Amino acid sequence: MSGEAPEFGPAANRDAVVDARGERCPLPVIRLARLVQDEPDVRAVTVLATDPAAAHDIPAWCRMRGHRFVEARDEGDHTAYVVEVLRPSTPAAER
Amino acid sequence: MPAAASASRRLLDASAGPLHPVARDTLLAALEVGWADPARLHAEGRRARALLDRSREVLAAGLGVRPGEVSLLPSGPTALARAVDGVLYAARRRGARTVASAVEHSAVLVPARARAAAADDTDLLDEVAVDATGRVDLDAWRGALGRPGTVVALLQSANGEVGTRQPLGPARAAAAAQGVPLVVDAMASLGRDDVPADWDVLVGDARSWGGPPLGVLVVREGVRWHWSDSRADIEQGRTDVTPWVPLALAAAEAWQQTSAVREADATLARSLVDDIRTAAVAVPDTEVVGDPVDRLPHVVTFSSLYVDGEAVVGAFDEAGFAVASGSACTSSTLEPSHVLAAMGVLTHGNVRVTLPLPAVSPGVAGDVAAFTAAITPTIRAVRDQLGVGDL
Repeated sequence: MSGEAPEFGPAANRDAVVDARGERCPLPVIRLARLVQDEPDVRAVTVLATDPAAAHDIPAWCRMRGHRFVEARDEGDHTAYVVEVLRPSTPAAER
Repeated sequence: MPAAASASRRLLDASAGPLHPVARDTLLAALEVGWADPARLHAEGRRARALLDRSREVLAAGLGVRPGEVSLLPSGPTALARAVDGVLYAARRRGARTVASAVEHSAVLVPARARAAAADDTDLLDEVAVDATGRVDLDAWRGALGRPGTVVALLQSANGEVGTRQPLGPARAAAAAQGVPLVVDAMASLGRDDVPADWDVLVGDARSWGGPPLGVLVVREGVRWHWSDSRADIEQGRTDVTPWVPLALAAAEAWQQTSAVREADATLARSLVDDIRTAAVAVPDTEVVGDPVDRLPHVVTFSSLYVDGEAVVGAFDEAGFAVASGSACTSSTLEPSHVLAAMGVLTHGNVRVTLPLPAVSPGVAGDVAAFTAAITPTIRAVRDQLGVGDL
């Protein structure tokens, strides 16, 4: 699925979208992590999710894996979580 | 034979029992001698009354209070909700605002949110933020208490999900400075940790010290407290249900047994929890949450990325371990534990251990040793099964 993410950012700083609407925890976080691992040129990811746990778990993933949680936007029937991918990352446990 | 004694099972979720074995014997004996209604005037009733009085005296002595300050209610959560209701009702002419930490028990947060919603006034409940360990932000707490109309403050002695203790001394001083009584929920700590001293109304649940489900509500003399449906002849006017005497006797027996060895039990539990913390931290992408030092001796929780709580609890269960979880997938709703959420920690892949008392589970040290050895391979197996082992 992550391969289908639309490209809309500058070429050097590719942005991606994970559409995890309707998926239960921990799938939104798994798909976010999968995309960040598989696509090394991605610099920002927007995760669309309806699962309430995503509100806590996406910021927690960012902290644990050393990325930056930018914001959560209420978009009506779902929420958009914006993550800035830091490379190299500094996971919380290594700080 | 109690379930905990079964050789094939390792009990690491003791939040709801089983009973202390001596309390179990007491309960069975009390079925014969204490079954009567203690309000009756016949010999059987008078005997039940004497046993109930004796149970209350034991609990009062253990908590350092007078028997008349102690009421027994059907459950801990019932007693907690009643504790708050009594303060609110007594203060109804001065205000209706509740100040509570964001990690308080659902038995009080849910009705408080409902009151605010019914009055269409979000100001009626102030949920004070906690830090990443689950400890209340004292500056925010003081600020919330200073808001006009605040009549009750509510704080746990320690959180039963993550173990973190709350700073009751400064929290009560802040409440007292505003003339607001502090209700302390000690349902997770009594019998396991020091009896709290800084409270105006105290609530416990006999399950935490190896007793049966039984709520203990203590209203310190002089505190303005009144239940709107009070019947003065039952439990100091704090419930309309006369306690079942066998339960009260079993709760008192469990208290005596547990408190007599509490410090040794707590020392053992503390070192076992340290072992679990060390083993869990070694698992990749896993965080142990709650304060590492200022905590209950017997509670520990950790969360692992990319696995759902249901799968983890199931994998441990299959391996013989009974553990709990605060993850959404393990509860009836989609919402994860409000405690983990308020702390801002990972809510999926959560595993919670509540160690049984050694008297309940004499093999607890061996069970923990087996568990610490099982954590890494179990989480790894669940991750591989879900196809996330490479993340």
